[in-house]
Amino acid sequence: MFGKLTLSAIPYTNPIIMFGVGLLALVILSTLGAITYFRKWKYLWTEWLTSVDHKKIGIMYLILAGLMLLRGFADAIMMRTQQALSYGSNMGYLPPGHFDQIFTAHGTIMIFFMAMPFIIGLMNCIVPLQIGARDVAFPLMNNLSLWLTAAGAMLVNVSLAIGNFSRTGWLAYPPLSELHYSPGVGVDYYIWALQVAGVGTTLSGVNFITTILKMRAPGMKMMRMPVFTWTSLIANVLIVAAFPILTVTLGLLAMDRYVGTHFFTNALGGDPMMYVNLIWIWGHPEVYILILPLFGVYGEIVPTFSGKRLFGYTSMVYATVAIGLLSLLVWLHHFFTMGNSPGVNAFFGISTMFIAIPTGVKVFNWMLTMYRGRIRLETPMLWTIAFLITFTIGGMSGMLLAEPPADFVLHNSLFLIAHFHNVIIGGVVFGVFAGLSYWAPKILGFKLNDTLGRAAFWCWVVGFYVAFMPLYVLGFMGATRRMDHYNVPAWHPLFVVAWVGAVIIFAGIILQVAQVVVSIRQREQNRDLTGDPWNGRTLEWALPSPAPAYNFARTPVVRDRDAFWEMKQRGVELKSSTFVPIHMPRNKATGFIIGGFSFLLAFGMIWHIWWLAAICLAGVLGTLIRHAFDDDRDYYLGADEVRRTEDLHGRVQARSV
Amino acid sequence: MNVANETVAGHGPHGEHGRHGPTHKQYITGFALAIILTAIPFALVIGHVVSDVLLVIAVCAAAQIIVHVVYFLHLDRSEEQRWNRMALLYVVIMVGIVLGGSLWIMYNLNHNMMPGVMHYKVWK
Amino acid sequence: MSKGSMVMQDGSLALKPGYADHAADALRDLHQTGDAVFVDVEPHHEPASLIQLGFWIYLMSDCLLFSGLFATYAVLHGHTAGGPTPSQLFDLPYTLTETMFLLFSSFTCGLATLAMNADKKNATLGWLAVTFVLGLGFVIMEVHEFVGMVAIGATAGRSAFLSCFFTLVGTHGLHVTCGLIFMAVMMAAVAKKGLTATNRARLNCMMLFWHFLDIIWVGVFSLVYLSGVVH
Repeated sequence: MFGKLTLSAIPYTNPIIMFGVGLLALVILSTLGAITYFRKWKYLWTEWLTSVDHKKIGIMYLILAGLMLLRGFADAIMMRTQQALSYGSNMGYLPPGHFDQIFTAHGTIMIFFMAMPFIIGLMNCIVPLQIGARDVAFPLMNNLSLWLTAAGAMLVNVSLAIGNFSRTGWLAYPPLSELHYSPGVGVDYYIWALQVAGVGTTLSGVNFITTILKMRAPGMKMMRMPVFTWTSLIANVLIVAAFPILTVTLGLLAMDRYVGTHFFTNALGGDPMMYVNLIWIWGHPEVYILILPLFGVYGEIVPTFSGKRLFGYTSMVYATVAIGLLSLLVWLHHFFTMGNSPGVNAFFGISTMFIAIPTGVKVFNWMLTMYRGRIRLETPMLWTIAFLITFTIGGMSGMLLAEPPADFVLHNSLFLIAHFHNVIIGGVVFGVFAGLSYWAPKILGFKLNDTLGRAAFWCWVVGFYVAFMPLYVLGFMGATRRMDHYNVPAWHPLFVVAWVGAVIIFAGIILQVAQVVVSIRQREQNRDLTGDPWNGRTLEWALPSPAPAYNFARTPVVRDRDAFWEMKQRGVELKSSTFVPIHMPRNKATGFIIGGFSFLLAFGMIWHIWWLAAICLAGVLGTLIRHAFDDDRDYYLGADEVRRTEDLHGRVQARSV
Repeated sequence: MNVANETVAGHGPHGEHGRHGPTHKQYITGFALAIILTAIPFALVIGHVVSDVLLVIAVCAAAQIIVHVVYFLHLDRSEEQRWNRMALLYVVIMVGIVLGGSLWIMYNLNHNMMPGVMHYKVWK
Repeated sequence: MSKGSMVMQDGSLALKPGYADHAADALRDLHQTGDAVFVDVEPHHEPASLIQLGFWIYLMSDCLLFSGLFATYAVLHGHTAGGPTPSQLFDLPYTLTETMFLLFSSFTCGLATLAMNADKKNATLGWLAVTFVLGLGFVIMEVHEFVGMVAIGATAGRSAFLSCFFTLVGTHGLHVTCGLIFMAVMMAAVAKKGLTATNRARLNCMMLFWHFLDIIWVGVFSLVYLSGVVH
């Protein structure tokens, strides 16, 4: 009846897991209780969960990403603590099987359910505003993407309480991830969580490419697009190219585990190396999918807070395109050591080093934008400067790893761990925080608390260096990744230092949570009444904060790069006196329902509850077909209604002047 | 996402391809070419006619794919299909990278790591 | 609509790809009308062209999904592990019949497009029905082939080659099945509501999908069946 699922799947004998589950349950139950107490269910359902408004969907992505950052960081600090303790005769507090699940969950969550939702959330919140569009091209599909991503995130977290998670590392290399060596449900949770979320991400990619190519305001030629829109476009092109390969790779692994095929086994002609090859064809573009949009964020922040045009816009665009193309040609550098011939290794080593050229172009462009600018050191700018320094260090250690001979020494060592955290935290995470503090007024309508933001910034930066610089040294000393225990006395002090760094970052995260809470409580005094709190340059700042549901009441005409800056220079009156009715998409439950069915479908597949999977598959199909016959999808917002909304904003703005 | 019926109906019955939509001639040409390009490699394989038959198969397949794209998918040089052409070009490059790269890497890997297990030799 | 602003509602607009691409026209006119700041573009003119590009991009991503399967087949097809080889398993005339089913269905699908463009509802439904039957014939033939292979012990678990074969060909077959469901839904929608603008846009997508599957099959037939027998 319930497949492999029995009561013993709940790990109630493990106090650490049960503590985590209890904490999670407490948070969920109190949230649900609060919603019920304040009678917000209907509001939540009609205004948020079923919303097709890209701004609300973006905020939900950001909330998901923020929660997953907390979960992923909890995993991180548990690992640091284990490695600080588990030396010599002390075995630490985590048994190996549990430790393995933690590092797998940490990587999976941080990449798929923290970084990806953060960047897609930012794109949702900002890209349509920057190009003067009403919404994304396919608003309902956007809602569906969100719920598929959320279903994937749910699956990873459910594995904490029911069953267990994968112990194979975040990319689940076979043969370890094959049924013979990983017979439990852990790898299945991993596969299905990523498959469901991956479909959502691919659909997002299709949506944003169409939006950016087809829905720009009149006059916004390609070479007039804001850099964030440009980098988002290239990132989405990479998504559409790379994620289908991930789907295939995990699909084939699932076939091995479910049907008994021999793609990646050691028997009957299977070849585990083919999995490694395929997953990195996706995996390398993936890291550029993560970093490129944030390059765009820095490209918006630096000109704004330097009071200058972006230096070298054209070279910035071409550098982005070049990085996008080169990122598809370097994947073998992730497995230099797996026995390829010198010619192949040399090709991929050199192509990897080539990426430093366009990236260097970008770094110089940012610096030259700042040169002789009137720099305002607001929080977004602080993150950007920290990024420039940190990311350059990470890039240089990457160049070292791009040398195949050097890689033979450093492969799978903590040097590698230090390198990719150096670029991912220094590039992606700092970029997300920079973008959030920059666009918070536009997204939420009020600025975030500055004091707490700066304090969090310093904790993160100092904590990062204290936590990860020792790992470079440890890598050279021979420490490998994913160790739950070691016996080398010289390593121990460095692991303790790294743990201190993690604690400092923890302080930064606590400060950020406090920042969000305090900012919401102080929202009235920090409210952005002008719509343009930073003296911005791009179109999103031409709108009130937060933007009305329809974004621009009338589509603005773009005459230059930095469209809003140019309008301000010309002294254009952006308030219109005449309005036209606006065509709006209706909120629909379709996306949420399909997301729910997908979650249960995956759950049924993981636990071999075939009837549940079959019913849910039929449910997904039925919902789609039912949706096809639903004609009530849009409505017109009358001109009077638009006028009322715009007038309201007009009064607010007048009061602020 | 919905298209209000009355507004687009105003464009006449031909919908968005009204001006230069596909014709019978296009489909018949495409169909005939596809049949021929299927028949050639098939006949060669069945009849064991030439030795370099793999090359013929590849060329005919590539030609037939182009025939399908032009005559059935109606990809042309018009301005409104600009992004469609760009997307197709990009995907052709990507498919080349995925196929070519995988074959190159895996061939070298097998050559270096499993010299005794070159399967082609085993069963050819 | 309102005076002093550009109201673009002439029918030609829907034929053009997007706002930005007719920006040049808009701006030229704006110089004549002074310094207009806004353009009231009627957004519901656009979706047909949006859907067309969006669906095309989806097809491209699907193409890359197949490229992963083709690459796996190309790398592992020689790994027969002592089991049956391609030339022992494949029956080329049988596969040629399958190919013809799909090719004819692509042609009749094209005739359905022509009927739709000529605004002939019943002819559209008729050609779609023919296409459906041909597509169903293809799927039935493929299932029959698979059943025959499994019966002689050539299962997906027998060797890496057979794993790749069943997965690649099966994934294509699954796509064709999805195409059939799509087609059935569209036939019901056209029968119920006629050739509305929405139905036309979706039919265009469905037809693209169907032709696309035929292109993938060209790859399958050439790489798997023909090349397999040559070896």
